[in-house]
Amino acid sequence: MTTWPILSVTTFLPLVGALIVYLSRGNDEAARRNSRWIALWTTLITFAVSVILVMRFDPGNPDFQFVEKANWLATGITYHMGVDGISLPLVILTTAVMPFCIIASWKAITNRVREYMMAFLILETLMIGTFSALDLVLFYLFFEGGLIPMFLIIGVWGGPRRVYASFKFFLYTLLGSVLMLLAIMALYWNGGTTDIPTLMHTAVPRSLQTWAWLAFFASFAVKMPMWPVHTWLPDAHVEAPTAGSVVLAAILLKMGGYGFLRFSLPMFPLASHDFAPLVFTLSAIAIIYTSLVALMQEDMKKLIAYSSVAHMGFVTMGIFAGTMQGVAGGVFQMISHGIVSGALFLCVGVVYDRLHTREIAAYGGLVNRMPLYAMTFMVFTMANVGLPGTSGFVGEFMTLLGTFKVSIPTAFFASFGVILSAAYALWLYRKVVFGALVKPQLASMKDLTLRECVILFPMIALTILFGVYPKPVLDMSAASVQQLVNNYNTAVTAVKAAALLQ
Amino acid sequence: MVQAIVFLPLLGAILAGLIALFGAHARNPSGDELDHHGDHGHGAHAHASDKINEDASVIHESHHDDDHAHGPTEPPAAGSRAAELITTGLLFVSAALSWMTLVDVGFMHHDYRIQLLPWIFSGDLQVWWTLRVDTLTAVMLVVVTTVSSLVHLYSIGYMDEDPNRPRFFGYLSLFTFAMLMLVTADNLVQLFFGWEGVGLASYLLIGFWYQKPSANAAAIKAFVVNRVGDFGFALGIFAVFMLVGSTDFETIFHAAPGLTGKTINFLGWHADALTLTCLLLFMGAMGKSAQFLLHTWLPDAMEGPTPVSALIHAATMVTAGVFMVARLSPLFELAPTAQAVVMFFGATTAFFAATIGLVQNDIKRIVAYSTCSQLGYMFVAMGAGAYSVGMFHLFTHAFFKALLFLGSGSVIYAMHHEQDIRNMGGLWKKIPYTYAVMVVGTLALTGFPLTAGYFSKDAIIESAYASHNPFAVYGFLMTIIAAGLTSFYSWRLIFKTFHGEPHDEHHYEAAHEAPLWILIPIGVLAVGSFVAGLPFKELFAGHGVEEFFRESVKMNPHIIEEMHHIPQTIAFLPTVMMVLGFLVSYLFYIRRPYLPVELANTQPMLYQFLLNKWYFDELYDLIFVRPAKWLGYQLWKKGDGFIIDGFGPDGVSARVLDVTRNVVKIQTGYLYHYAFAMLIGAAGLITWFMFGFGGQ
Repeated sequence: MTTWPILSVTTFLPLVGALIVYLSRGNDEAARRNSRWIALWTTLITFAVSVILVMRFDPGNPDFQFVEKANWLATGITYHMGVDGISLPLVILTTAVMPFCIIASWKAITNRVREYMMAFLILETLMIGTFSALDLVLFYLFFEGGLIPMFLIIGVWGGPRRVYASFKFFLYTLLGSVLMLLAIMALYWNGGTTDIPTLMHTAVPRSLQTWAWLAFFASFAVKMPMWPVHTWLPDAHVEAPTAGSVVLAAILLKMGGYGFLRFSLPMFPLASHDFAPLVFTLSAIAIIYTSLVALMQEDMKKLIAYSSVAHMGFVTMGIFAGTMQGVAGGVFQMISHGIVSGALFLCVGVVYDRLHTREIAAYGGLVNRMPLYAMTFMVFTMANVGLPGTSGFVGEFMTLLGTFKVSIPTAFFASFGVILSAAYALWLYRKVVFGALVKPQLASMKDLTLRECVILFPMIALTILFGVYPKPVLDMSAASVQQLVNNYNTAVTAVKAAALLQ
Repeated sequence: MVQAIVFLPLLGAILAGLIALFGAHARNPSGDELDHHGDHGHGAHAHASDKINEDASVIHESHHDDDHAHGPTEPPAAGSRAAELITTGLLFVSAALSWMTLVDVGFMHHDYRIQLLPWIFSGDLQVWWTLRVDTLTAVMLVVVTTVSSLVHLYSIGYMDEDPNRPRFFGYLSLFTFAMLMLVTADNLVQLFFGWEGVGLASYLLIGFWYQKPSANAAAIKAFVVNRVGDFGFALGIFAVFMLVGSTDFETIFHAAPGLTGKTINFLGWHADALTLTCLLLFMGAMGKSAQFLLHTWLPDAMEGPTPVSALIHAATMVTAGVFMVARLSPLFELAPTAQAVVMFFGATTAFFAATIGLVQNDIKRIVAYSTCSQLGYMFVAMGAGAYSVGMFHLFTHAFFKALLFLGSGSVIYAMHHEQDIRNMGGLWKKIPYTYAVMVVGTLALTGFPLTAGYFSKDAIIESAYASHNPFAVYGFLMTIIAAGLTSFYSWRLIFKTFHGEPHDEHHYEAAHEAPLWILIPIGVLAVGSFVAGLPFKELFAGHGVEEFFRESVKMNPHIIEEMHHIPQTIAFLPTVMMVLGFLVSYLFYIRRPYLPVELANTQPMLYQFLLNKWYFDELYDLIFVRPAKWLGYQLWKKGDGFIIDGFGPDGVSARVLDVTRNVVKIQTGYLYHYAFAMLIGAAGLITWFMFGFGGQ
């Protein structure tokens, strides 16, 4: 069907763009403008190409599509790419969010613009690659490679404590990665290949399952991030430039969830089943704990970062529930959170660009001067709260519904997030947007510009569209999720039956 | 037709919202830079003082808004009149269609189920956007659209000085749309959509005057307390889905009889499945309908503009809980324990809210507590299994309570935004029309014979007496006592506001009757407070129930029959209590005005207890709000900062530094240190060889 390697083109187009930016030398204003435009066009074309992926994608087929395979390193280690219903939504999310990030950095970044754009374009390649790699080694390369541009984005263009934040970010993620690399080696020795589709159908001995699961878990839990390895996220968000926060929240966090879906559940179903109570506990703690912490934050970005951790708790909970609604809800929640939290960080960026502070106490009464902003922020606040009719509700509802069948206590405690999220999100909104405009430095604040509207309004449209009509996303992932859930349940019941026979 | 009823308000909301946004945007220019570039430069000082002046005017303006809730200094938004007429016109069309639907569904028996769009589809979870209209829904459609259209009309007059009218009308219509989605839901998830949608609209409308801190606080409180109820509601939906595998009402009701006897292990408690589910769902109803324990948000919600209080916090949104229980009557009928709980909470609320209403001084808060109490009545009927009777009270209450609120609004308008009844008095000469309609509303509320409230309220008390609920006697006693209290506080409001001597000469002299926009809706509602009773009695609480409601509610099969056979003395008791309350009120506030003060002085404990609303706000602050904040702070500083970071990345890096520092220290450069270390090492090795390895 496909005549050209469409997936590889999508993946490496941004890299080509980065190369062009690199070649267009110079440090004057013209060069900066050029690099911005090149980056924007690259991300837009990449997005356009990824739309072709959606159009040609067959949602009824649960297997990998657009598969490309070529010899690469040793026997069993190949260049293998492909997407299924679980990874394609994340690929589209990535390509869709990137143009917004470039536009959001249009004016905020003024020094080292070329390098900045290159970092973002390289990051895009690595992120798309992570979601479409079908070989463990290739996956590992993309997955870990993504750390470097992000590390640079925080470390070079970040806030005052950027060095501390980037170092913390790196330390946490690296620890997990080392363990994952060991597990990848173990899997290679066990199966003789690092080909993911093959490994999915290779039986892994129970003891190896346990250890490999834990090793992968260490890496993905940090990425997610799950409680208690979440403390890098607030710092990284606070110090990162706006677009960096957006990418971090919208896409990088999803790699953990994607990893659970791609590796933990299909390759180690028994270990996943054994450890599900652990994940449930951590998720429920994460939801309540970080929501409570969010209540007391004084920094806008930190508050949203903590709420991200809570929302990711719903994802992990849903995924390990192993039910159709739980897993599909987890996938949907990742997409929805990508849009909503990305947009929330953009909203913070809007006022940060004007006043250069993220202190909640520095704001108040913005609605008096910024009505469009107030409306936009309200939509995303409500989506963050999980109001039905916004995309935030669908994911939360499905994950909780799917979990309730498996573990009532988890769903019960996780539902407290419903109350707490309302408390912290509305509190933030009230402190920043509502109230009388009394602070002198706010008196000359101006409303959203056209550029900012171009970024935020499509996201409003998507948030409400997916809240009212989530079918496009749910249908895209349904077949693959169904297969995943079936395989998982078959494996678990087989073991239970065997245990009964003994 | 049904689509038109539901979506015309949405259309109005969107149009008004766009007008509001464009208008607001036109007044507030775009720009991503602040005006001042010269902060470091020469003119910084002059600049700063300029800004402070500008700022002072802003403060002044907002202060002005606080006092009078209307800021005439700000020009009204462009297109205000267009927004008003569009939303109001569409609502009247919607209301007319609703009455036609009621006839069509209630008497012609044409039920509708219209599937609009697939919503959440995943595995066996299949949720559609569906409009379902049966008699129960049709009654609600009529209530919602009628009151809403009248409130829209009223608001044109009431809000005439407010600069943000397009936004206000947009919110009102948005609310109406969400409420209509709620009542036309065909599955629990869409019900939840409407449920939270009205919550959002309520939040926006309570906080409509966003410059007032108290309004913002009240808005958040309303949303969060409702979320506590929704927490239960959501768990209830999950439980239903686990038991039945669907969220569609038809499927659930068919499967319900098969669920009796099943249990769920809920946190170690082996609960009866149906009872647990009903209780969880009822928790949602308690939040939305401001029942005892989750009632604290309703009085605070009076911070919103008065038309909002009439529409949302009296006639429609707060009755959503009652509607929900009626809608799920096939489940509740199978869970007698849950019904007992419903009746207990209903009866408690009816009594409890009435006691607080006795001593309040804010005209709107008195009516708000009265609403709370009347909602309790409705739940008593629900607990008794007399769902249609509860719906009857919902129907009549919508008219007379909206009337009382809008009438209070008219008083407040006349008094230039004075709300304290201690500062009123003698107003009946100044605003006779408002006085007349308020008296009508009070008669209906207290259950004066032949008014609407008389039929529905007495029917509830009778149903409580006739039911076999374990709390039947409790419910009966509480509602009877509350009937007396209701009469007392309602007449107290009338006497203190309209009779006696004026307490504030300045306001009194300036008092004047409101414009026609305001007088027409309250006149219509006053008529409604009479005619909503007798003609509908047979349909809601008589022998016509079966014929009228058919499948839409599942009544307790004997309750209507037994209600008609209770002793005559019992049937007269509510009327006796009503007269008694009136007499005491007359004595206290007309004949012997010094008596209440004396009573308050001799019983200070009781008076303070009631005046402070049983201290619920303080209690909740103490046991929920403060601990949550404290916990959040501790988890942040101690949990994240000290433990996780301390033993995690920060700790590790600090230890690495410590180790290197100490390793560096060992390399002293003195020969005898190295020699000594070698000696100890050699000694250790020899010892190990001799006793350990060498010993084998």
